[in-house]
Amino acid sequence: MGSRASTLLREEEIEEIKKETGFSHSQITRLYSRFTSLDKGENGTLSREDFQRIPELAINPLGDRIINAFFPEGLDREDQVNFRGFMRTLAHFRPIEDNEKNKDPTASEPLNSRTNKLLFAFRLYDLDRDDKISRDELLQVLRMMVGVNISDEQLGSIADRTIQEADQNGDNSISFNEFIKVLEKVDVEQKMSIRFLH
Amino acid sequence: MVLFLDFNPFDNLLCILLGISFTVWFTLLLVFIIVPAIFGVSFGIRQLYMKTLLKIFEWATRRIERGAKDKNHPLHKPYSNAIIAKEPTSLEEEIKEIRRSGSNRDLDSASEFEMSDIFYFCRRGVESIMDDEVTKRFSAEELESWNLLTRSNYNFQHISLRLTVLWGLGVVIRYGFLLPLRVTLAFTGVGLLVVLTSIIGFLPNGRTKNFLSEKVHLMCYRICVRALTAIITYHDSENKPKNGGICVANHTSPIDVIILASDGCYAMVGQIHGGLMGVIQKSMVKACPHIWFERSEVKDRHLVAKRLSDHVEDKTKLPILIFPEGTCINNTSVMMFKKGSFEIGSTVYPVAIKYDPRFGDAFWNSSQFGMVSYLLRMMSSWAIVCSVWYLPPMSREEGEDAVQFANRVKAAIARQGGLVDLLWDGGLKRGKVKDTFKEEQQKLYSKMLRPTWGPQNGHSSAP
Repeated sequence: MGSRASTLLREEEIEEIKKETGFSHSQITRLYSRFTSLDKGENGTLSREDFQRIPELAINPLGDRIINAFFPEGLDREDQVNFRGFMRTLAHFRPIEDNEKNKDPTASEPLNSRTNKLLFAFRLYDLDRDDKISRDELLQVLRMMVGVNISDEQLGSIADRTIQEADQNGDNSISFNEFIKVLEKVDVEQKMSIRFLH
Repeated sequence: MVLFLDFNPFDNLLCILLGISFTVWFTLLLVFIIVPAIFGVSFGIRQLYMKTLLKIFEWATRRIERGAKDKNHPLHKPYSNAIIAKEPTSLEEEIKEIRRSGSNRDLDSASEFEMSDIFYFCRRGVESIMDDEVTKRFSAEELESWNLLTRSNYNFQHISLRLTVLWGLGVVIRYGFLLPLRVTLAFTGVGLLVVLTSIIGFLPNGRTKNFLSEKVHLMCYRICVRALTAIITYHDSENKPKNGGICVANHTSPIDVIILASDGCYAMVGQIHGGLMGVIQKSMVKACPHIWFERSEVKDRHLVAKRLSDHVEDKTKLPILIFPEGTCINNTSVMMFKKGSFEIGSTVYPVAIKYDPRFGDAFWNSSQFGMVSYLLRMMSSWAIVCSVWYLPPMSREEGEDAVQFANRVKAAIARQGGLVDLLWDGGLKRGKVKDTFKEEQQKLYSKMLRPTWGPQNGHSSAP
């Protein structure tokens, strides 16, 4: 039956989330509506199953990796994410507005900066969260994306080629800085942003 | 002893008063509701009722908006408009675009894999978390205007005394007057159905029996329609389903059956239930042949198909009524039609049903409400207003298989009813999505990696 959205989310909370993520008031209430409609257990948090119930996400080859991005603590099955955590992760996909670029440089970097967007993508590759993408990890992610349609050898050579091109310090894995370097020309701001109405 | 003598005259008076009011009540009921139902005429009371209600709702909505502006309180607007704008580009286009922007190489020297490819899946995934086409179809639609029912309003705070009084009055009218009236009617309608169809069951098969059975069914359904205060507009009645055909319609609630069956006679299809439903089903089938399945038979697709095709071949039997979505959807979209009824090969008569949500949401969210609480909610709403369109009959064309035919019919129904046409299966309400869809995505992406080697399975194809 939809949700009693604005009645359960207090104004102070909305202000805090606004400051932390940069979303507008109406965006926050709408996303809260969405959050509660996904929360089948009605306990104010989302579990991995709640995400997997979205068919369009379940058929995304990297669906599980994306769901993982919402649970930063551990790989424990029992993880739950509350609305703050939910918004914090979604904030990475806010478009970068021009006036934000001129903001106070001593303030901490906004969640939707170019670097943070790249960090989101980097973490999708970095399965064990050791801040390096190893050949093995790259292979596993590639396997998720292509399914059964490409053989191990071909996938292996793709992985080798990619690491060769990106690796600069010769440790046979890709660090975050090397990752940034490889993608320096890509229009990250546009491709990793979602256009909000209102 | 003395005390008893004192109370006696009061008791008598009370009894007389009660007796009179009951008689008056039942006479009014009979004259204004049951008799017209029997003859299929209408006094136009319901239309007047509907117009009055609409005016009141508009006033209430404007009052709320004004109240919210005065207090500087941002109004919670329902997301009947989407939260985000999705790009309609395909996997291939978008990944090519990402690569183009990042690469200084010539695109034709096909790069196999770029680390930036992941951006596409990332964004699509997060977009679907914010807003997807499927999960919102299984919960009630949110409305812009307020119809004086707290169940459908999210801005309900004390705005003005007048509004609250109006709402209170609404509650009294709905629960104190309308609900008992409707429950009485419902019991009358169902009771008459069971009793009369059982009686007709004793007649020998023939034209008299069919004629009487039709009349009885129509009458009882019309009483039920009035029990829900359903205000229905039928369009294009010249296309009404004929014997030997199959009538398909989009499914929003069990009330759909009552709405369609009060305007024409159908053979129902369904599973036999226990309890009251079972009693109704068993007596209905005595008067005319409906198709009821035992629970075990439902799984056997061949048995189901055989019984359906046997029925349609007999031209004396009524058209079958089927809801191919297989589950209730919230009336904003039409989901995948199961192909079973489209394989049988008879003429299909599509029907589109669209409810007007301003008066009361008819969607049955079976995971939230059981049947009885759902019916009580329906009977305590203001009214159920809907439009029914009878679309021209369709048959399977040459070279078209059952699935394509089903999709064609679905598109016609969606177009007429102003609903979104979705390919997703209504079964996703409860079940998981099939892996084949993910495999399709993976296949599409693999094609982008392979131009240097050519496809795995041997035959050549352009990338």
